[in-house]
Amino acid sequence: MDALIQQFFNFDIMSRALPLVLQGLAQTLLLCLIVIPLGLIGGLLFALASLARSRTLRYGMIVAIDFFRAVPPLVLLIFIYSGLPFAGLRLSPLTAVAVAFFLNTSSYYGEIYRAGIESVGHGQWDAARSTGLNAFHTLASVILPQAVRNVLPDLVSNTVEVVKLTSIASVVALPELLYSADMARSLTFNASPIVLAAAIYLVMLWPVVRLISRLERRMAS
Amino acid sequence: MNAFLETFFKPNLIAQYLPSILKGVFVTIEIALAVVISGLLLGLVLAVIRSFHIKLINVFIIVIVDMLRALPPLVIVLIVYFGLPNVGVNIPSFAVLWLVLTLVLAAFAEEIFWAGILSVPKGQWEAARSTGFGFVGTLGYIVLPQAVRLTVPPITNRTVAITKNTALGMVIGVPEILNQATSAQSFSGNATPLMMGAIAYVLLFIPVVALGRFLETRFAWRRS
Amino acid sequence: MPILSIRGLRKSFGHTEVLRGIHLAVAPQELVFIIGPSGSGKSTLLRCCNRLEEPTAGVITLDGVDLMARSTDINAMRRKIGMVFQSFNLYPHMTALGNVTLALRKVVGKSRRDADAAGMAALERVGLSAKAKSYPGELSGGQQQRVAIARALALEPTVMLFDEPTSALDPELVGSVLAVMRELKSAGMTMLVVSHEMRFARDAADRVIFMDHGLIVEEGAPAQIFGAPREPRAKAFIAELTR
Repeated sequence: MDALIQQFFNFDIMSRALPLVLQGLAQTLLLCLIVIPLGLIGGLLFALASLARSRTLRYGMIVAIDFFRAVPPLVLLIFIYSGLPFAGLRLSPLTAVAVAFFLNTSSYYGEIYRAGIESVGHGQWDAARSTGLNAFHTLASVILPQAVRNVLPDLVSNTVEVVKLTSIASVVALPELLYSADMARSLTFNASPIVLAAAIYLVMLWPVVRLISRLERRMAS
Repeated sequence: MNAFLETFFKPNLIAQYLPSILKGVFVTIEIALAVVISGLLLGLVLAVIRSFHIKLINVFIIVIVDMLRALPPLVIVLIVYFGLPNVGVNIPSFAVLWLVLTLVLAAFAEEIFWAGILSVPKGQWEAARSTGFGFVGTLGYIVLPQAVRLTVPPITNRTVAITKNTALGMVIGVPEILNQATSAQSFSGNATPLMMGAIAYVLLFIPVVALGRFLETRFAWRRS
Repeated sequence: MPILSIRGLRKSFGHTEVLRGIHLAVAPQELVFIIGPSGSGKSTLLRCCNRLEEPTAGVITLDGVDLMARSTDINAMRRKIGMVFQSFNLYPHMTALGNVTLALRKVVGKSRRDADAAGMAALERVGLSAKAKSYPGELSGGQQQRVAIARALALEPTVMLFDEPTSALDPELVGSVLAVMRELKSAGMTMLVVSHEMRFARDAADRVIFMDHGLIVEEGAPAQIFGAPREPRAKAFIAELTR
């Protein structure tokens, strides 16, 4: 029991690792501020493209979305970071992460937006179009507000996933939260810094996870 | 064009590393299947336990499940992988990966199954009980079959997402696809093995994603 | 000079031809009532008039403007054709006033103050100015439908199309909607109404049209169609309705 505490909850080591870990947290938050808006906007574009009138655009988009949902994000990231340089395109860890995340999260958000748009009854389109609203205004004022409201739990849930996903940036040596904690671990031969990082993730995400459960239950009833 | 093929599709490298990539494919499939079976079963068991409404156990389940859903899987993997040996527990890295992914899938599955059980109308319980079914019988014959049907789309979605995390095994040395691909890449100084790994993943998972899409339309998740 | 002129209108869905050559001329201020069995194409006819359904063939002219021409700004034309749906189709996330003024603000480009004034006037006309701030979910079916009518009215249409406006309402709420429609008629609005409300047709319609299998089978004054229909199919249908 004592060994367990020593190994995982060594407060002395945690406090020594704290400055480094907090720096990592700052980097994680910065990363979130970049990739979440990118994904939300990208997802909307992907969704609208997958509902376009042009059949090539529609099918092309669905293929692309399925592709980026099938490839594990870590594989995509490694490919962009380690593979592209061989083709002459060398990206910084941050850029590589941003690109990989954009492709991956836009696909997931895109699917959610698409389901939301399809869940808004046809009658709403009919009514808006019959009053002379063009497609843009119909989408912006009538369809999307309802669509987003319908899939809000899924959007929030996916955003939580994106925040958790930032941890894979540690694999390409981006000094975010997990990377910094892991570095402290290798310096101290003790897992407590990672437990500290875990605690920080919990503080950030646990309340949201609870909220999602409640939202999901309310929508299912 | 030729340079592109040389960089990503060099034929002799493809031949040379194909066996090792295939070995990675087997490892990935084994772990993924194991995770799906154990994770979904455990999730179902936890949801059923929760339906007995024993306050203390439920609180315990909710806390653990919430933690598993709020933490990045990679964090949990590293804690278990680096921490356990130092307290005397030695398990191979593929077991660590399987264990962590099972727990994470079980946590998400429990929440989804629980939402499914809750959304089976009360009338179903009443009808079953009034024809003489006990609690367990009602659950087994009437409620669970309906609940599970309701939950097919979110369960498939979540299962696919979590099995893709087998790629995280690379970080702790599990010889799955990504690991084999990156080792081969550093040995050969060429990105072809990496491309092979990416294609292997795509070939593995696109059918799964397509299956998920099909199941989603068959069992459209009713949202009010 | 008819305000709405339909010539040779055909509409197919895949292999099924729903409209098989409709000829109809609606005079200004006329109320044309359309009846017929389900599947006869009545709704489709209405929906072709504002191109919610794209006609397969034929010409539709509103106030001299060819609706099918490529150069026609269909969105501008749609403002001139008001449409009221069986299922109301109010925007649930906006208040009644919001529903009525959305197109005024976004398409006509009115300022919020002007739009609100026009919107309130339309709501006043249907007797619901007191409910301007209410959401559709808080209104009864009859009130929702009247808001839908106000939404079309606010755009000052030339013609109004009613697609089974009272079919989805509980019986006691039907009267309020019909009253509004009667008021519109007496104020001189040109109206095309698909409905089963026979008494309303007898009182207010100028012309009744009986449709079956995508064609106009018989048309005439209400007294004649309901009292002494000539065509056998019309006879059978009227007999069913008045049983």
